[in-house]
Amino acid sequence: MADVPGDRRYLSSHEWAIEQDGTITIGITAHAAEELGELVFIDLPKVGSEVSAGESFGEIESVKAVSSLNSPISGTIVEVNDELESSLETIGESPYEGGWMLKVQPSDPGEYEGLLDADAYASQLDG
Amino acid sequence: MQKTVLNPIHVELGARLVEFGGYEMPVWYSSLTAEHHTVRQRAGLFDLCHMGRYEITGDRAVEAVDAVVTNHVARMKTGQIRYSLVCNEQGGVRDDILIYRLPDRVWLVVNAGNRDKLLGWFGDHLTGPDVTFRDRSDELAMIALQGPLAESLLAPHVSTTWVEDLPSLGYYKISDAVLRVGGKERSGWISRTGYTGEDGFELYLPAEEACDAWRDLQEACGDVVEPCGLGCRDTLRLEAGMPLYGHELDEETDPISAGLTFGVRLKKPNGFIGQAALARIAEEGPTRRLRGFVVEGKRPARQGATVHWGDRQVGIVTSGSPSPTLGHPIACAFVASDVPDDAALEVETRGSRSPLRPTPLPFYTRER
Repeated sequence: MADVPGDRRYLSSHEWAIEQDGTITIGITAHAAEELGELVFIDLPKVGSEVSAGESFGEIESVKAVSSLNSPISGTIVEVNDELESSLETIGESPYEGGWMLKVQPSDPGEYEGLLDADAYASQLDG
Repeated sequence: MQKTVLNPIHVELGARLVEFGGYEMPVWYSSLTAEHHTVRQRAGLFDLCHMGRYEITGDRAVEAVDAVVTNHVARMKTGQIRYSLVCNEQGGVRDDILIYRLPDRVWLVVNAGNRDKLLGWFGDHLTGPDVTFRDRSDELAMIALQGPLAESLLAPHVSTTWVEDLPSLGYYKISDAVLRVGGKERSGWISRTGYTGEDGFELYLPAEEACDAWRDLQEACGDVVEPCGLGCRDTLRLEAGMPLYGHELDEETDPISAGLTFGVRLKKPNGFIGQAALARIAEEGPTRRLRGFVVEGKRPARQGATVHWGDRQVGIVTSGSPSPTLGHPIACAFVASDVPDDAALEVETRGSRSPLRPTPLPFYTRER
């Protein structure tokens, strides 16, 4: 059973979001990283571009397949984890810390509260 | 979704299971890349029970099969195996298969995803007096051991009568076999065939003994052998330049464009389904052909990505993946025949382009 920390919110498509000092950090869950297997490529957007809740902001590729990365919230990207491109293994090793992907300035702070909490996301994994 | 007789083993080993060709199959057990290297460097064990195994007997068996396949069955010797296509009347590929000539019968091993389609097709065409068609897929398990150590690992445990011993079994040959592992004797067949670009064997054993045979075989071979999933089977076959149905081949694709002319006997007497259409394509020259490319950069080109020559779209990727052996992405693509071999091509994925470097197929050839 993959780790699902209680300090953040989730999308059913296996992305997490955590609010810190007004910005929201986004990444993928341990479950998602495990399912993907060995990663070979990540395509992340640039600082300053917009993301929309539930919409794709990039792609992540394992040896076998391509998966879309969906944003849990809407807003403007203020920071991108550029180190991931050269150290994709970080996503599997530390999905909730070093493996973060984007920091977003939310345009609708209410969206965060509407995301799945840890229990709701974890029960989806059980199903 | 159907399960193979070896499914309990995959579950026991904690494999990541996915649907392939209607079957729940292991895509990997621990790591796709590690399993890939295991096959290139040592030996890997594969469940191939999802593939269809059909048997044709009777005095007209060879003649009947020759009418529906592109290769020449009547010219095959007993114990020989050949790659072939099954085509529709337009020359499109219904499936790519292996034909086995056994002393009193012919076997056809077909792709999992085409089993039902071919069951109908062969049911319609492999009929008549002195021809008996039988689906033996569920009674015969198929297990592969692939890799440079396969022969030395298996030889002590396998005895044969059609050939002197396992090492004397030639490439693309089949023999009867008794497998002695785990204190048991299991009778079946063994062939020196595979879909990995390495030396290796495929074993055909009674289905009810498959799980025990797998366990005993793994035990007998020791830690150098690891179970390997379909994920690495795909990267191995791509490196070896072997086509995969649904990628390089389909009902709208002819084998000549796909570079499989070696499996097509256009002058076969008495003809076969699709012969006239293929003869015409061969004479006129195909309008597109399958080519190999190294993809520059890290992003793999995937099936369906478009190939461009400046402003002109000239092709489409059929298979693409990082190559674990070569360390960079590789891809096969159909490209218009009028595009020169040295044209500067690019592949487009989600609006961004990567240069393609033409490479002769196969990408990888083992040292012999």
